[in-house]
Amino acid sequence: MKKQITVTVNGEQHTVEVETRTLLVHTIREQLRLTGTHIGCDTSSCGACTVLLDGKSIKSCTVLSIQADGKEISTVEGLAKDGLHPLQEGFKENHGLHCGFCTPGMLMRAVELLEKNPNPTEEEIRWGISGNLCRCTGYNNIVKAIQYAGAKMRGEETPSTEPEFV
Amino acid sequence: MIPAPFDYAAPATLAEAFSLLEQHGDEAKILAGGHSLIPMMKLRFASPEFLVDINNIPGLSHIKEENGYLKIGALTRETELDESEVIRSKYPIFTDASKLIADPQVRNMGTVGGNIAHGDAANDHPAVMLALRAEVDISSSEGTRSVPIDEFFYGFYMTAVQPHEILTEIRIPIPNGKTGNAYHKLERKVGDYATAGVAVQITIDDAGVCTYIGIGLTNVNPVPLRAVRSEEVLLGQKVTDELIKEAAKYASEDCNPSEDLRGDEAYKRSMVNVLVKRIIHKALERAHA
Ligand SMILES: Cc1cc2nc3c(=O)[nH]c(=O)nc-3n(C[C@H](O)[C@H](O)[C@H](O)COP(=O)(O)OP(=O)(O)OC[C@H]3O[C@@H](n4cnc5c(N)ncnc54)[C@H](O)[C@@H]3O)c2cc1C
Ligand code: FES
Ligand code: FES
Repeated sequence: MKKQITVTVNGEQHTVEVETRTLLVHTIREQLRLTGTHIGCDTSSCGACTVLLDGKSIKSCTVLSIQADGKEISTVEGLAKDGLHPLQEGFKENHGLHCGFCTPGMLMRAVELLEKNPNPTEEEIRWGISGNLCRCTGYNNIVKAIQYAGAKMRGEETPSTEPEFV
Repeated sequence: MIPAPFDYAAPATLAEAFSLLEQHGDEAKILAGGHSLIPMMKLRFASPEFLVDINNIPGLSHIKEENGYLKIGALTRETELDESEVIRSKYPIFTDASKLIADPQVRNMGTVGGNIAHGDAANDHPAVMLALRAEVDISSSEGTRSVPIDEFFYGFYMTAVQPHEILTEIRIPIPNGKTGNAYHKLERKVGDYATAGVAVQITIDDAGVCTYIGIGLTNVNPVPLRAVRSEEVLLGQKVTDELIKEAAKYASEDCNPSEDLRGDEAYKRSMVNVLVKRIIHKALERAHA
């Protein structure tokens, strides 16, 4: 059963034909060729597939492509505009990534987190990324990376970047 | 994992949705947030031939107090509960519960209506709705009927909602007097279903006598369970630690948990016992506040 959908991905409009049962993550990766969005667990647990759908972070392995018809999608490929996004810079400066597999999902989740709560506490950050699993970093440097980005986006001095190795 | 093929429509009105449901009978499934249905379809535990996506139908998403009720539209997302001022200030039980449901991305999609319509005793809203004595509006082309939550859960994945019907609104009587409510579930990690969960709403008068009590239990029974015997112990009595202990004991006896990775039956009963005590105390604290 095929249907045509029109989606705006990172500001660019695409019309693609999808099967009704096609999951959004497959359309993004295989039809739109944006492979920054990862598939980790395929069971809505790990958050590697997180993208923004009309500004809200969702797990694209658990959303049908047809559900995105007429909507806006943001993926990690659209984050950097004039240079790195403050979150990307934060992850880079604070060793917020190691193998990088979870990173696109972490970044996209953190985009919404900071938008709703520009100055989150450490606990709020940990809570905010509780749907994203990282197998490498132990999370501490991811939390710092998000704090760094928050400060930068608020126009404050960024905290010193002493990465924590655990 | 990809679901089996199906046909799909996203009607813009309730009338169109009803006609699609009538046309396809029990081959059709309603798609709300999709975060119970799509995982089941991916695992091929469910293979509906037709999906009726209700997300384009206006009027199904709201949180408002009106005519003595708190009204929650079926399509209201968990995140919207978290962010609602009226919920935060007056119904902390929902903030307790929604924070324990899944994770932020899932809560951006999952709906309150879907959470109870799924008919899963592991979900958290059913116990909350039992404690609050919610009424559920179920609509079809024939009109809307209102079902008390006590008559809503039929069995495993079975509810009062028939294949041609749509759950449209949940109504909760606005509590009066000194009322407090609370929810907690024991979970192994974020996003896990409850080992055991307990929802309580209690009203006391100035003399400390209980004039209303609702207790709902999560994931310790084949269907969401209202702890009736526990409620009876407290209703009309001055609330004491002794009575709370007795209520907790009854709840642990009256539920029927099954052994799984989260624990064996005895452990779960004992967790119900502990949680009922704790959550009654927490609800009482809030009633006094
Ligand atoms: C990783 C993960 C963790 C989770 N953890 C929890 C948790 O801890 N606690 C918890 O309670 N839930 C949890 N859930 C489930 C989640 O809350 C679901 O969103 C919820 O159970 C169903 O809501 P939905 O809107 O997504 O419904 P859907 O998946 O769209 O539908 C579920 C069922 O209800 C029916 N339905 C939906 N809406 C209506 C309606 N208005 N009228 C009639 N029938 C309807 C559908 O046909 C389907 O049969 C989790 C889900 C995931 C993916
Ligand atoms: S791949 Fe979607 S949550 Fe893991
Ligand atoms: S950096 Fe490897 S999984 Fe997070």
